Amino acid sequence: MGRYVARRLLLTIPVMLGASFLIFAMVFALPGDPIAALAGDRPLAPAVAAQLRAEFNLNDPLWLQYVKYVGDLFQGDFGTDFAGRPVLDTILDRLPVTAKLALVAILFEIVIGIVAGVLAGIRRNSFFDNLVLVSTTIVVSVPILVLAFLAQFVLGLKLELFPIAGVREGWYSYLLPGLVLAAGSVAYVARLTRTSMAENLRADYVRTARAKGLKPSTVVVRHTLRNSLIPVVTFIGADIGTLMGGAIVTETVFNIPGIGRAVFESIQRQEGAVVVGIVTLLVFFFIFFNLVVDVLYAVLDPRIRYD
Amino acid sequence: MKLSKRNSSLVATAIAAALVLSACGGDDADSGEAEGAATGGSYSVALYSDPENPLVPSNTSESEGAQVLEALWTGLIQYAADGSVEYTGIAESIESEDSQTWTITLNDGWTFHDGTPVTANSFVDAWNWAAYSENAQGASYFFSNIEGYGDLQAETDDAGNVVSPAIATEMSGLEVVDDQTFEVTLSAPFAQFPVTVGYNAFHPLPEGFFGDPEAYGRLPIGTGPFKADGEFEPGQGITLSRYEDYAGPNPAQAETVEFRVYSDVDTAYLDVQGGNLDVAPDLPPDAIASAQDVFGDAYLEAPSSGFQYLGYPLYDERFSDPRVRQAFSMAIDRDAISEAIFQGTKQAADAFVAPIVDGYREGACEYCVLDPEAANALLDEAGFDRTQPIELWFNSGAGHDAWVQAAGNQIRDNLGVDYVLRGDLDFAQYLPLLAEQGATGPFRLGWSMDYPSPQNYLEPLYSQAAIPPNGSNRVFYTNQEFDALVQQGNSAESNEEAIEFYNQAEDILSEDMPSIPMFFDVEQAVHADTVSDVVIDVFGHIRTAEVTVN
Repeated sequence: MGRYVARRLLLTIPVMLGASFLIFAMVFALPGDPIAALAGDRPLAPAVAAQLRAEFNLNDPLWLQYVKYVGDLFQGDFGTDFAGRPVLDTILDRLPVTAKLALVAILFEIVIGIVAGVLAGIRRNSFFDNLVLVSTTIVVSVPILVLAFLAQFVLGLKLELFPIAGVREGWYSYLLPGLVLAAGSVAYVARLTRTSMAENLRADYVRTARAKGLKPSTVVVRHTLRNSLIPVVTFIGADIGTLMGGAIVTETVFNIPGIGRAVFESIQRQEGAVVVGIVTLLVFFFIFFNLVVDVLYAVLDPRIRYD
Repeated sequence: MKLSKRNSSLVATAIAAALVLSACGGDDADSGEAEGAATGGSYSVALYSDPENPLVPSNTSESEGAQVLEALWTGLIQYAADGSVEYTGIAESIESEDSQTWTITLNDGWTFHDGTPVTANSFVDAWNWAAYSENAQGASYFFSNIEGYGDLQAETDDAGNVVSPAIATEMSGLEVVDDQTFEVTLSAPFAQFPVTVGYNAFHPLPEGFFGDPEAYGRLPIGTGPFKADGEFEPGQGITLSRYEDYAGPNPAQAETVEFRVYSDVDTAYLDVQGGNLDVAPDLPPDAIASAQDVFGDAYLEAPSSGFQYLGYPLYDERFSDPRVRQAFSMAIDRDAISEAIFQGTKQAADAFVAPIVDGYREGACEYCVLDPEAANALLDEAGFDRTQPIELWFNSGAGHDAWVQAAGNQIRDNLGVDYVLRGDLDFAQYLPLLAEQGATGPFRLGWSMDYPSPQNYLEPLYSQAAIPPNGSNRVFYTNQEFDALVQQGNSAESNEEAIEFYNQAEDILSEDMPSIPMFFDVEQAVHADTVSDVVIDVFGHIRTAEVTVN
């Protein structure tokens, strides 16, 4: 197992280098002059513009810019944005906020998604099962932007149950955006759990367990649920990475100062160093959580061995 | 899956309907406003992005950073909400006999927020630092008319590389006489100089700044009615508290003001309605029409210095004949576009100089009035080829699509000239394209003034010295008579005389029409009933010191 994990971790290095170069090339190869845009209606004095270009290596060819960037990166220097603020500071400031949001979203996925899925799976074709099917269909088919505005307008402004925007009320502020961010995944998790449960409940080993006269709750929780969760855990694990990156819309609508908003704002300003820094980090998260999922597999299903 | 596709789309339709219904209910939705709102003299103002740069005055030229600086700094002079110059700042007097050598005398008793006194050195050192090109300050060109500015600029080649460093760090035109007095020598007479020095770039800096500009940019120390207690938190904002030793006659009314960053203008607008935000200095475009009903007296409208125009590529043969340029301008019904696209919240431009400055003349631009008949006659006279469409340029993603298209429709309907929209470049691509004479038809541009003088609408936009890369003359207009008149205005002995020359310069523009003046901007804002005395000035800034908390 240890060797497997080590090998997987080593593999992330070329993947991250490749990903970062792609992102780097995409951002820096964008046509246009970020320094010119920086000045707006009035152009910068020529000497000032030259100074800034030199500072950010903007006159170098792309490959050289990348080599310089990675060189700095290996010394722990993520570079600075055009305002001179270290990118690392931005990441460290914003990451915890997005992490909280993602955590809230994951909890919603686990609690609502799995519970609804299990109940629907046990009582197939019941009223509850149909309710889950209908509501998940609605949630999945409505774009997240609409959901966000709807939640904000109804639950925030009209009913005053949640803050409309910002993170001023601590964890409480994260509930509504977390729910919106999780909505699609909650529906997916519920569906996945339901199907998986329904399938496994019909499996031979469950029938055997029942036949042995085990308590129904033991049959469901110890025997069926554990096996049924394997695809669900895969999905949730992969979803952590997606949630971290996919928070752009939610963070913008709910005005949450996290990574998603930082990426969005940086793309608008063509702040290459910031975009590359953050997105590379997100790629790393994605790879990392997928690794965690693969390892968890072995725990959930002893038949799976990696050595 | 039990729900058929058709059913799910039905559900979606139902939700959409519910959305629309609840949105309609929004008009009478000011019920929950201001319940349990902040007490103890604190209020909050929305910003719509982080300041682009650290909060150093000479590096802050964009609107959001400038709004924070408005609270943190008081300069030599101040501008009243209507743009007129007031000696309520640090300068006791700014005098000159020849409009070239200026003696600036400071008032006693002004201090920085760290307690150190404001002296002549605070200005001279700050200006030298800002002008020195190695410090890469965005507003360094504001000092370009001070003697010796050129020595502080590194030499660059055509590719934009620095070839040799600057040869001096101090401008020869700045001289400290004593603690309260300094002298500024300009490279040419400029009678409007006192009007300009209220701009951010001219603000003083405390001695502590020069030791560690970076730390300072995070925690600025100014001279204004409010002081920063903590750093600006990117993505969140900054809270300022009243500076109790403020020496000016208009100290802050509220105890603290919080600037809160909103990434989305809709969210801020909702938050004011929900009573969680006190002032939203900008509105979502689709809310402008209804905001007046929702907010009543708490809805504000104020003229701003902003100005939209369509520049002509004067280097393009098709637009080299002034009659063609006059004709296109006369083919556009600005009022109709304002009504249809902006709910009437833009003022049709009838001059090259905005109405908020002294020296504006109503209807100064003769060809800014709709007159399709005359326009067609002029176009015929000039022999313009109507079979070829014209291209209309604008930068993408900034909400200009609709009005540029409307202008194109007017041109097509009134002149029979078809148009092609070229709006696929963002600002970062758009500006370099214009600087390289890449536009192939009229292109959208905007301008908002730095200081309230007609000169600021003329010289930076149309003088030969302002041709890119040195300035914003992106139409590449050259007219020696115009330049001479602006210079005469600059060196005039009195403001009245100066304005006379500027007016004459504007008349030349009105005849040459290097651009089509389109709209003067109007600022809109709303506030909760937790605050009163909310005023927007001509720069589009909330006057933070004047706001009182109820």
